[in-house]
Amino acid sequence: MNYETIIGLEVHVELKTDTKIFCGCRNDSKSEPNTNVCPICLGHPGTLPVLNERALEFAVKAALALNCKINQKSKFDRKNYFYPDLPKGYQISQYDKPIGEHGYIEIEVNGETKRIGITRLHLEEDAGKSMHAPDGSHTLVDYNRTGVPLIEIVSEPDIRSPEEARLYLEALKSIMEYCDVSDCKMEEGSLRCDANISLRPVGASEFGNKVELKNMNSFRFVQRALEYEVERQRERYESGEPVVQETRRFDEATQTTVSMRTKEEAHDYRYFPEPDLVDLDIDDAWLERIRASLPELPSAKRRRYVDELGLPPYDAGVLTSDPKMAAYYEAVVAAGADAKQASNWVMSDVSGALNAEGKSFAECPIRPEHLAGLIGEIASGKISSKQAREVFKLMWETGKSAAEIIKEKGFEQISDPAQLQPIIDEVVANNPKSVADYKGGKERALAALVGQVMKATRGKANPTLVNEMLIEKINSL
Amino acid sequence: MSTPTVKGILQSIAAGETTARDWVEQSLRAIREVDGRLKAFLLVDEEQALAAADRIDRAKMYQNAPLRGVPYAAKDNIVTRGVRTTAASRILENYIPPYNATVIDKLQQAAAVMVGKTNMDEFAMGSSTETSAFQKTANPYGEDRVPGGSSGGSAAAVAAGLVPFALGSDTGGSIRQPAAFTGCFGLKPTYGRVSRYGLIAFASSLDQIGPFTRTAEDAALVLNAICGHDPLDSTSSREPVPNFADGIDRGVKGVRVGIVRHLPEEGLEPGVKAAVNRAIQQLEAEGAEVVEIELPHMEYAVATYYLIAPAEASSNLARYDGVRYGRRAEASSLLEMYERSRSEGFGMEVKRRIIIGTYALSSGYYDAYYKRAQQMRTLIRQDYERAFEACDVIAMPTAPTTAFKLGEKLDNPLQMYLNDIYTIPANLAGLPGASVPCGFVDGLPVGLQLIGRPFDEATLLRVAHAYEQVRDFAWPKPVLGVAE
Repeated sequence: MNYETIIGLEVHVELKTDTKIFCGCRNDSKSEPNTNVCPICLGHPGTLPVLNERALEFAVKAALALNCKINQKSKFDRKNYFYPDLPKGYQISQYDKPIGEHGYIEIEVNGETKRIGITRLHLEEDAGKSMHAPDGSHTLVDYNRTGVPLIEIVSEPDIRSPEEARLYLEALKSIMEYCDVSDCKMEEGSLRCDANISLRPVGASEFGNKVELKNMNSFRFVQRALEYEVERQRERYESGEPVVQETRRFDEATQTTVSMRTKEEAHDYRYFPEPDLVDLDIDDAWLERIRASLPELPSAKRRRYVDELGLPPYDAGVLTSDPKMAAYYEAVVAAGADAKQASNWVMSDVSGALNAEGKSFAECPIRPEHLAGLIGEIASGKISSKQAREVFKLMWETGKSAAEIIKEKGFEQISDPAQLQPIIDEVVANNPKSVADYKGGKERALAALVGQVMKATRGKANPTLVNEMLIEKINSL
Repeated sequence: MSTPTVKGILQSIAAGETTARDWVEQSLRAIREVDGRLKAFLLVDEEQALAAADRIDRAKMYQNAPLRGVPYAAKDNIVTRGVRTTAASRILENYIPPYNATVIDKLQQAAAVMVGKTNMDEFAMGSSTETSAFQKTANPYGEDRVPGGSSGGSAAAVAAGLVPFALGSDTGGSIRQPAAFTGCFGLKPTYGRVSRYGLIAFASSLDQIGPFTRTAEDAALVLNAICGHDPLDSTSSREPVPNFADGIDRGVKGVRVGIVRHLPEEGLEPGVKAAVNRAIQQLEAEGAEVVEIELPHMEYAVATYYLIAPAEASSNLARYDGVRYGRRAEASSLLEMYERSRSEGFGMEVKRRIIIGTYALSSGYYDAYYKRAQQMRTLIRQDYERAFEACDVIAMPTAPTTAFKLGEKLDNPLQMYLNDIYTIPANLAGLPGASVPCGFVDGLPVGLQLIGRPFDEATLLRVAHAYEQVRDFAWPKPVLGVAE
């Protein structure tokens, strides 16, 4: 039998506000343990939460970018459970009136655009971090992360394959980065993902028992865990065994999933409205201000690169995946570079050099207008593409413009026939064998002659022009 | 210097007749003399109080401070930096808060001097101060009587003349009922009038801090110092703050006093009823207009309250888990640590309410209990909105009885809960309420309760003040205390 895979994702994104969501502590969970804490985020008796408006702004921004309908009347609720890293014994979250609902993300699957629905986006506080001693003797808790603002984004069960899940996550991450609301570093925990997955016979309308997957610390692991789970569930169905509704953990060492708990052990969180906070009433003007502050999002940018700049969809996809890369690229084009040439340079040379040094586009030592200058020098024939690579290297090292380096290092290409003619004549005269070979039909012999001319000019001769002039000279013999 | 009022102390110090130190010393002396039997205080910090008094006497900056040199006591659920704060619970037996409640900071700025922390029902859950894990406080008017609760220690301290004012908190009557039982003036301000930051939460949507004093005017002076918007409490109001002492003596001519038609009178003692009625007649004689109003949902208030308050409490008290502060039991697993710390740390009444509240919020029961209670709360609030179209304040008894005997109701929680029948509705509706002493029955004080419009404490205080000027019953000396 053929099975259809049904996947829904729950993603937690840490918001990069300066301070925590309900107190004035610095939002920095990487400091020395328990240094960014206060009576409020430690849940001392008598303390009260006060909402950080910036966190609300970031959440609304993210919800708008995910095409959500904003609930202008929203509120916070308490989610009650006991755990040492949860100081108050409850998490301030949102239950029945999330900030955003009914949104979607578009992904490209096999060249087609597919819409993945977003059920809801809500704002909540993060818990601390428990560190258990390997021998189980004790647990240490770091409360720096307690009260860091989080948004939880829940997708509809619209995802049909592990690959789509990865594409969805990549698109989501990219949108969050465009909104500038989060670092989205999965390995550092600023983006976390849980997945719900079930299988059903193709054509069936009811869902099969779903399994919740946790502990997947990279996009690759998400895809891997889901792939494993598709196979595991298929095998169970095929051997006539039911799939148990449960929570499973991805095990990195074995690349498999392991059962954590079954549904019967599920919590009753006893949600109720948070009485220490007033209900949210987002006014129209404020909402419009946030809407107006939204940048052009990756899907719109991608369309514009193809439609207006004439880039191949592949280039548009790569360039828009990272907002800093897109911004850099656009600055290069704005400085007058040809769109496709700029794309080539940004995607290969610049990107490669940055990766090698672990830098982001924001830290690129070559200013976009300088890269545009370099592309211009090649277009005008002033330097060859081979020279351009060397100029690029020097630009990277010095931060100078292409023009400056070409001038300083005498990189200028010789494109004046009158200057080249004596050298051409001499090379043809001194290499009768190559000339004869070429005349005899050996096309490759010409390359040797070009090489001689380049050597004689220390690589400065315009190779296209040298080619033309050599052929003309030989033919005239 | 006997039974001083806040106003009297301020005048005396301003006139240079006495110093802050004089009053603080007098208060400490009275505590030493009486509190061994009264047991109103859980902690008295003589050294710190005297040092503060000396600072105030010395420094020029305090010269015009509004409560300069006035000693006071704070209920032990209001946190004080560096000074043990227990909420009368074993679970916080050795808890030293790292910060001050906003009201404590404000009183410090007003140059009042805290002499100690007072006994209360554990986590403010109770109506007799008997659920305190540490001691039972006596009623100054009868050593075998409860002082009321949950702010019984603060009420007893003021009634016995140990301090001119004390702070309490009122979630379902915890300021007004003990004020009535001990013959003090007690004021529960409008929800949001006074910051809750630093008040150890019982039921967040109902809790409110307020003063115990000897007079309405003193309460106005204290309220002036402690009220106002607090950026640390999202539920504190930005409503403008008047000077509550201004115009307090304008009388009651033309003020419409509402009395409740069909007031639930089950358990209402005839002596209490008579004293309250006489007080209302005296107000009428002073020119107030008495009108009848309806509060049709009042009979549901106790049931509503005993779902909402425990529900919030079950969540508010989850933080006492032995992990970061407070009592931690030795245990070999996390679950065992939770269970033992909380089993040993909480008393019976607290456990009872945590269980009720947890149940009311449980999946499958939420709609039947918590949600319906919230709906009833809305109806009760609407009752008052309608009533205040016809009147300016509502008058009724504070409690159906005078102070009952220690131990009398401790084993019958339902009867204990019903003692709050007249005070609970104001909390559910968020309204200001006061209790004014209006007579004695068999030597025990009776309280007249006045309930006002939201943020209209001014009218409440004005009516109470007017009544205080004309009340004429014989006021016996407390059997425990220095008050006269």
